[in-house]
Amino acid sequence: MNIYVIMKRTFDTEEKIVIHAGAIDEEGAEFIINPYDEYAIEEAIVLRDEHGGEVTVVTVGDEETEKELRTALAMGADKAVLLDIEELEDESDHFTTSSILTAYLKDQEFDIILGGNVAVDDGAGQVAPRVAEGLGINQVTTITRLNIDGETAKIERDVEGDVEVIETPLPVMVTCQQGLNEPRYPSLPGIMKAKKKPLDTLDLDDLDLEEEDVEAKTKTVGRFLPPEKAAGRVLEGELDDQVQELVEALKNEAKVI
Amino acid sequence: MGQKVLVLGEMKNGEVRNVTYEAIAAGQKIVDGGEIVGVLFGENLQEHAETMIHYGADRVVTAEKKELAPYTTDAYSQALLQICEAEKPEGIVMGHTSSGKDLAPRMAGKLKAGLVSDAVGVDIEDGQVVFTRPIYSGKAFEKKVIEEGLVLATIRPNNIVAFEKDESRSGDVSSMDIEIKDIRTMIKDVVKKTSDGVDLSEANIIVSGGRGVKSADGFKPLEELAEVLGAAVGASRGACDAEYCDYSLQIGQTGKVVTPDLYIACGISGAIQHLAGMSNSKVIVAINKDPEAPIFEVADYGIVGDLFEVVPKLTEEFSKVSV
Repeated sequence: MNIYVIMKRTFDTEEKIVIHAGAIDEEGAEFIINPYDEYAIEEAIVLRDEHGGEVTVVTVGDEETEKELRTALAMGADKAVLLDIEELEDESDHFTTSSILTAYLKDQEFDIILGGNVAVDDGAGQVAPRVAEGLGINQVTTITRLNIDGETAKIERDVEGDVEVIETPLPVMVTCQQGLNEPRYPSLPGIMKAKKKPLDTLDLDDLDLEEEDVEAKTKTVGRFLPPEKAAGRVLEGELDDQVQELVEALKNEAKVI
Repeated sequence: MGQKVLVLGEMKNGEVRNVTYEAIAAGQKIVDGGEIVGVLFGENLQEHAETMIHYGADRVVTAEKKELAPYTTDAYSQALLQICEAEKPEGIVMGHTSSGKDLAPRMAGKLKAGLVSDAVGVDIEDGQVVFTRPIYSGKAFEKKVIEEGLVLATIRPNNIVAFEKDESRSGDVSSMDIEIKDIRTMIKDVVKKTSDGVDLSEANIIVSGGRGVKSADGFKPLEELAEVLGAAVGASRGACDAEYCDYSLQIGQTGKVVTPDLYIACGISGAIQHLAGMSNSKVIVAINKDPEAPIFEVADYGIVGDLFEVVPKLTEEFSKVSV
């Protein structure tokens, strides 16, 4: 089976966000593989071990992203591809990223492509469906179980807490939701092997793309932090009185019940 | 901007979802006096189409087809594309719900258009439509514009205020003949796991449990409180990882991001990744044994105590007042 994973490098979820001159300050921040993409990588490895074939992890980014690609290889992926957009001068958006991924993937042979449900930084979840559309294949988002039976993917997906059980023919794009699996940590031998696994870098030229082809459709005109919350009130006294005071406050002061 | 915006309505349990009315209000901002055309897919839509008009749509186009009763990417994207081609709108708005998240980027891909996902605000600044949306799960916000072409947006439930229902409003409801072919997704079954139908992302009140609930049984008092309040039950990653509850309940940066009117955190310490998912709730109540727990820093009201003592008392007190 030819298995592809589309991956994004993101801020660690434990990071505080600092905005400097309208931009997110990346100084000293820890970066990780987007946690939802880790589910995708794990599932891809499990699929390969069961059905044979190869797992290729693809990302759009710059040189820095090689670190996360190596981590994916150390987890057990076979190949990594960096689609390098360092040359892009303007802001990129989901249109940019998905156009570049589509340009790369349309020339590959694939049975299934896996991605995360969303990236925890931007939280939009646009890229995978856009790429699926670009490739003309079906998409199944927020999956929590996956089995491949011949040419059919048998899938369970999370629909706002309920479970939809579906079948769809390959090739297909799926996006991974929590509960799908428990991503493995790279083992020491895995890390050693990863150093020798292929990591290719391609730029726009290699993909026959011009900068205009991938020009962002949206523009960010500002970023800001949520207003600081005023200090709350920790209630005091007998528990019964506290409970009464709370219900009273929610009803008459905050007016939320 | 433009003269016409489509608002794709969404049905759940036989009713139009609230987020549809919020999307109409958002669409009205974008279209600025132009026409809001509601779109509704499924079966037996006449009455629901009229309700969309009561909430501010000028007219509604329906596609009544059994292939459009359950959501599938293929059927909905084909249908919406055909309506787009007929109506030629300047914008499309829908809810940032399970189906909206699946459909909107697919449509944006088809139409090679910009899409702002998960907007919590729409404003006009210097004649331009500016969307506000959370990033890093609400640790920060960004303002987005689409400078050219079609404007696509999904809006987060519970954030944009819908218009008051006005039953005197009337408008045209027309049915369009849509051709659907090759639906590649076959839905075999839908397993209901949400007990009372209160969905986390749309809930006005959420009662949420963390490691402090100690076991799956420990969620019982929280569920009782939720029932009295008509609330949804949520959980922290700690509670999910410890297998006290299903991952579908998880609130946080990995998990659902929620903004209810009232969030009651029980036995949740308040790790930064959980705070990211709930700290924009309007009112936060924290119940925790540890007075130093970070959850108290974002709480409007705090009770330091054992949740197993506090929560049942709260349930009792709430059931006394009419909620």
